[in-house]
Amino acid sequence: MRKLITTALALFTLLCLSTVAYAAAPIKIGGLFAVTGPASFLGEPERNTAQMVVDEINKAGGIKGRKIELITYDTVGDTTKAVQLANKLIKNDKVVAIIGPSTTGDSMAIIPVVEKAGIPLISCAAGSKITEPVKKWVFKTAQNDGLAVARIYEQLKKEKKTKVAILTVSDGFGSSGREQLKAQAKVYGIQILSDDTYGPKDTDMTAQLTKIRGSQAQAVICWGTNPGPAVVARNAKQLGLKIPLYMSHGVSSKKFIVLAGDAADGIRLPSGKVLVADLLPKNDKQKASLLSFIKDYQNHYKAEGDHFGGHAWDAVMLLKGAIERGGDTPAGIRNALETTRNFAGIGGVFNFSPRDHAGLTKEAFTLVEVRKKDWVLVK
Amino acid sequence: MKSDKLKFFAFCLAVLLAPLPLSGSYLTNVLVFVGVNSILALGLNLLLGFAGQISLGQAAFFGLGAYGSGVLTSVYAFNPWVAMVVVALAVAAFAFAIGFPVLRLKGHYLAMATLGVGVIANIAFNETVDLTGGPSGLSGIPNLAIGSFTFDTDLKNYYLVWGFALVMILLSLNLVNSRFGRGLRAIHDSEVAARVMGVNARLMKVQVFTLSAFISAIAGSLYCHVMTFISPTSFGFNTSVELLTMIVIGGFGSVYGSILGALLLTMLPEILRTFNDYDIIVYGLLLVVMTIYMPGGLVKGVPALFRRLTPKKAKEGANA
Repeated sequence: MRKLITTALALFTLLCLSTVAYAAAPIKIGGLFAVTGPASFLGEPERNTAQMVVDEINKAGGIKGRKIELITYDTVGDTTKAVQLANKLIKNDKVVAIIGPSTTGDSMAIIPVVEKAGIPLISCAAGSKITEPVKKWVFKTAQNDGLAVARIYEQLKKEKKTKVAILTVSDGFGSSGREQLKAQAKVYGIQILSDDTYGPKDTDMTAQLTKIRGSQAQAVICWGTNPGPAVVARNAKQLGLKIPLYMSHGVSSKKFIVLAGDAADGIRLPSGKVLVADLLPKNDKQKASLLSFIKDYQNHYKAEGDHFGGHAWDAVMLLKGAIERGGDTPAGIRNALETTRNFAGIGGVFNFSPRDHAGLTKEAFTLVEVRKKDWVLVK
Repeated sequence: MKSDKLKFFAFCLAVLLAPLPLSGSYLTNVLVFVGVNSILALGLNLLLGFAGQISLGQAAFFGLGAYGSGVLTSVYAFNPWVAMVVVALAVAAFAFAIGFPVLRLKGHYLAMATLGVGVIANIAFNETVDLTGGPSGLSGIPNLAIGSFTFDTDLKNYYLVWGFALVMILLSLNLVNSRFGRGLRAIHDSEVAARVMGVNARLMKVQVFTLSAFISAIAGSLYCHVMTFISPTSFGFNTSVELLTMIVIGGFGSVYGSILGALLLTMLPEILRTFNDYDIIVYGLLLVVMTIYMPGGLVKGVPALFRRLTPKKAKEGANA
C-alpha cells in the first residue's frame, strides 16, 4: 500500500514538472499581471487580452514566421512577489521583453530589476512616475493621469466654471490623481475649494458630499476606481446635489453604470475611446484598432473588452511592431520601441521618443457622459 | 550544548552553500526574501513562542524600519548603515514606550491592541504622502554598500541578508538559553508562578517586545535596501498574519522552526506555481494538513514523520 502511494506521488510530481516542448524556438515574452487580489479588475482583462492577441498573432503565422510564447505570472498586486517574478521571467524563462505589471506599485518595484538586466518593459499601469523621468528600458501604455485631468479641466474652462471640489480615494490611483488635480488647477485658472479623501473600502461618503454641498463649488471631481465612485454617485443623488459630477477614467467600464444604477445618469468622465468606439467619426485613426479589439474579445471571452484590457493590447502590438523592425534581442526591441511613431492603438495614438516613453497626448481621452445607462460623447 | 554549536555550524554551512547549485536562477532572489522573512519570524517567535505574548502588529515595526531607512537615505541622503542603526534604535524606543500599556493586556485583548498598532502604522504610511510617497510608494532607495563594494546583485544581497540572519539566530540561541530566556519561558507557562518566583514579568515582557521590534526594524531596513522601492501594501495586516503562520507552521518556541517556516511559506508558492490557477487551493490544503498532523510545527513534525515511516530500520538498529 505504502509503495503504491509512493509511486503515485512520484508520478504526480513528474507530471507537474513536465513542460510542453516546442518544435521551433518561439520568441518568449513575459507578462506580469495582478490577476487575483485587489487589482484583479485590471489584471484579469489584461492577462486575457494579452493571451488573446498572442494567439491571434500566432494563428496568423507569428512574427516573420516565428511563434510568440507568452509566459504570464500573477503578482497578486504584491510588490515583493512582482520583483521575484520579474527575476524569474528574466533569469529562468529568458524572456526578451516584459509587459505589465498592472499597478503602479508593482511597476515601480520591478523597474530597478529590468533596468539592471536590460530587458524592455511595457507597463500597463497609469502612474506618471513610471516614465517620468524617462528610464532607458521602461515604456508604458496606460494613459497618464495628468492627461485625464487636463481633459476635465479643459471642459470646465469651456463652460466657464472655475470653482471645484475634489474627492479622491486614498490609494495609489487616488493620490496620483489628487496630485495632478492640484498641480494643473493653476494652469487652467481653477480654484479647488475643498479637497477631501475617502478610504478604498468606505461605504458612505455623505459626510464629504454634505461639506461640498455647503461650499460654492460649481463641479465635483471624484477620483477613484470601483466601487467607491458608485457610492459617491448614489450619495450625491440622495443628497440632491445639483452641480455636475465628474469621475476619473478609473471607472470607465459598464460595471460602473451597473453599480451606480440610476445615479449614474448625467455623470461625466474622461475615457479611452474604447467605450464609444462605434460612435467615433469614420476618420478617427484608432477606429479600426478599437473595433477589431472589441470583436476579438467578444469572440474569445464572450464579454465586452474594456479600457484595461486595451493597455495589454497596445503593449503586445507595440512589441510586435518593435520585434518586426528591431529583431528579437532586448536591445533591438528597445531601440525599435523608442522610434515607434503614429501607432494607433486602443489607448490612443502613440509616439515614443527618447524624451517621452509614455507617448500619448490628451487627445487619447474623450469626454463621455452617462445617459440612459449608456455612454454618449460630450460635445 | 555541544550539539547546539554543531547544529549552528551545520546551518551556517548550509546557508553558505545553498546558492551554489542555483547559480543565476531567480531562486537566489527568492532566498533573499526568505532571509528577510526568517529574521522577522525569529523576532516574532521570541515574543510569541518563548514569552507567549501574541502580536498581530509585527508588520508595523517591519514597515517603520523600512520606511525609516528608506526616507532617511533617499530623501535626506543619510549613510544607509547609520540610518539602519538610528532607525532600529528609534523603533525599539517606540516599542518600549508602547510596550508598557499594551503588554498589560492578555490574550485576545493583546491581539486586538497589537492589531491596532499595525493598522495605525499602515494608515500612517498611506496618508503621509509628502514623506512616504503614500500609496504609490517610495522609490530611489540606494543599495547598501561598504566603500565601493555595493550589494547590488541577488547573490551579494543573499549573503548580506543571511549574514544578518545568522547573527540574529546566534543571538536568539544564546538568549533563550540564558537566565532571561528561562524567565521568558516561565512567563509563558504561568505568569503568576513566574512572578512568585521573583521574575520581573512586566519588565521582561516589555524587553522582549522591544527586542522583537528591533529585530523587525533591522529586517525592514534590509528589505528596503534590497528592493530599492517600498509601498505600504508590503506592511499590512496580511504580512503580520503571514508571519504568524510561519512560526505556527515552523514551530512555536523554536529558533530553527522560525527559519523553516519562513523558508516553507516563501518558497511554497513558487513550487506550487506548476499547478497554475489551482495553486492557492493546494497551498491552503497543505497548510491545513500540516497544522492538523504536525501541531508542534515542522521542526517537531518532520522528525516524528520520519520515525514513523522508517519503523523497520529503527527496530533493526535496536537489535544490532
